[in-house]
Amino acid sequence: MKIVVPVKRVVDYNIKPRVKADNSGVDTQGVKMSMNPFDEIAVEEAVRLREKGAASEIVVVTIGVAEAQPVLRTAMAMGADRAILVQTDAELEPLAVAKLLKAIVDRENPGLVIMGKQAIDDDMNATGQILAARLNWPQGTFASSVAVEDGRITVVREADGGLETVRLALPAVVTTDLRLNEPRYATMPNIMKAKKKPLETIAADTLGVDITPRLETIKVVEPPVRQAGIKVSSVAELVGKLRDEAKVI
Amino acid sequence: MTTLALIEAEGAAIKKASLSAVAAARHFGAVDVLLIGAEGAQEAAKIEGITRVLHADSTPHLAECIAALIADRAKDYDHIVSAATAYGKNTLPRVAGLLDVQPITEVVEIIDADTFVRPIYAGSALSTVRSRDAIKVLTVRNANFEAATLGDASAPIEAVSAAVEVPDAAYVGIELTHSDRPELESARVVISGGRGLKDAANFKLLEPVADKLGAAIGASRAAVDAGFAPNEMQVGQTGKIVAPDLYIAVGLSGAIQHLAGMKDSRVIVAINMDPEAPIFSVADYGLVGDLFEVLPQLKAELGA
Ligand SMILES: Cc1cc2nc3c(=O)[nH]c(=O)nc-3n(C[C@H](O)[C@H](O)[C@H](O)COP(=O)(O)OP(=O)(O)OC[C@H]3O[C@@H](n4cnc5c(N)ncnc54)[C@H](O)[C@@H]3O)c2cc1C
Ligand SMILES: Nc1ncnc2c1ncn2[C@@H]1O[C@H](COP(=O)(O)O)[C@@H](O)[C@H]1O
Repeated sequence: MKIVVPVKRVVDYNIKPRVKADNSGVDTQGVKMSMNPFDEIAVEEAVRLREKGAASEIVVVTIGVAEAQPVLRTAMAMGADRAILVQTDAELEPLAVAKLLKAIVDRENPGLVIMGKQAIDDDMNATGQILAARLNWPQGTFASSVAVEDGRITVVREADGGLETVRLALPAVVTTDLRLNEPRYATMPNIMKAKKKPLETIAADTLGVDITPRLETIKVVEPPVRQAGIKVSSVAELVGKLRDEAKVI
Repeated sequence: MTTLALIEAEGAAIKKASLSAVAAARHFGAVDVLLIGAEGAQEAAKIEGITRVLHADSTPHLAECIAALIADRAKDYDHIVSAATAYGKNTLPRVAGLLDVQPITEVVEIIDADTFVRPIYAGSALSTVRSRDAIKVLTVRNANFEAATLGDASAPIEAVSAAVEVPDAAYVGIELTHSDRPELESARVVISGGRGLKDAANFKLLEPVADKLGAAIGASRAAVDAGFAPNEMQVGQTGKIVAPDLYIAVGLSGAIQHLAGMKDSRVIVAINMDPEAPIFSVADYGLVGDLFEVLPQLKAELGA
């Protein structure tokens, strides 16, 4: 079975992003970029499935600018076999990403797509569900464990009130939650090996997909800053303040 | 035109988050609610300000089935709304995919019928977007919309079902974490613990205090990852978003991803032994101290 893993290059999660002075968006110039953390978990899970013999090949895909290539190399250093960059400078929304991913999936015919549940830049949590809809495949979102057997995948999902289990026919789309696994670090020898793995570039506009944005960004602003309050020196003082000043207990 | 609000029941009761979603939906005009599952339709009929209840009692709680059902009826609606719960987040983007529209998730403010505000980058920025799609598909954060009330209303209940082929998926079951405490997302008081609690046994130190305050218990990601608390207790960018009257953060540092889930709380208390912990920068009342001393004292003080 082949697994396709879509990965996104995002502002590193340790960086506090700054809103641009003209309120058109967030400044990403010269900012450290990394693989979306949920996508690292997706790559790790694909590699584990291959290690267990449930998968034979792992193809990582990113859609975006040429500078996203290092993210693909990282995924290959973690164990992916080859990579595809669908290159475009356009601003992309999950709907457009899902349509471009569908074009790749139609070409690659994987048995499974594993991807992040959420990109930590747009915080949309939508692309996997949209892709599953457009492929008319079942979906297992927010996965905290997966098991493949007899052409089906059992997915334990992080639901509102506890852990929910679904069993899906393959091919299917799975999106990862934080508890699925702990991604490995790429070792130096594997980083070197990844440099020789195949990386194919496809121009997005050759895929025949309309990626015109549906959302127009009117403005992006900083949220109101919450002011720090006071330090209290004892539990008694704290309880007194909560009772008499804040009146919340 | 009318809005369709996908709501959820817990037993026979309508979830508070869904009542907030209905309130948000009412910004656009008339509202039909859609309820999946055997129970809750009678309660749903009591929601003030709705036109009717569409009740799909035999549709399984699978995004594949619910999205197909909604997409099938979407031509009657100009907005499709749900709460940004795991249930809504699983389902509505799939609806959007079927309808070829771009969903707008985690909406915190409705400017007009086409224009919405949503946080990005773990709440480091607020983005105002205008949708060009004919049907707007959105999930809304319940903390930002006052819940619709249940009253003497009794909207008509109409049975619906999905008449469409759906992909092969089976619902196996859910392992519910049983708790007598209030629901995290609608509790008036939340007390959350972090890595500072050290282990699962110590995490229970939060319970007597929560009992005294009638509070829900939350957790940081580190506490969940370490197994102190189940995943549905995680508060933050990628967990639950809460905005109670009182949020008490115990032994958690206040990483931006955690703050994203609680910084709109009315009053924030931080208990941490590191005076430099970032949680203090958002706390109304900070107490620098060892939680293992503070928690028993707090319990005693509240008991008085
Ligand atoms: C993609 C991604 C998504 C994430 N999503 C979330 C999310 O949704 N929610 C979330 O919470 N995090 C999330 N995180 C993780 C986040 O970045 C932090 O790692 C996490 O919140 C830290 O948890 P913590 O504060 O419990 O632990 P720490 O940062 O280790 O803090 C522990 C605190 O306890 C204090 N302490 C220790 N002992 C005591 C004591 N005896 N008495 C008093 N204080 C004590 C310490 O001073 C310290 O401040 C996410 C991270 C990533 C990369
Ligand atoms: N430009 C992209 N290229 C590849 N994968 C992407 C891209 N954008 C989003 N994804 C995938 O979709 C997931 C969810 O993203 P989102 O819906 O934007 O929160 C991410 O974790 C990625 O796996």
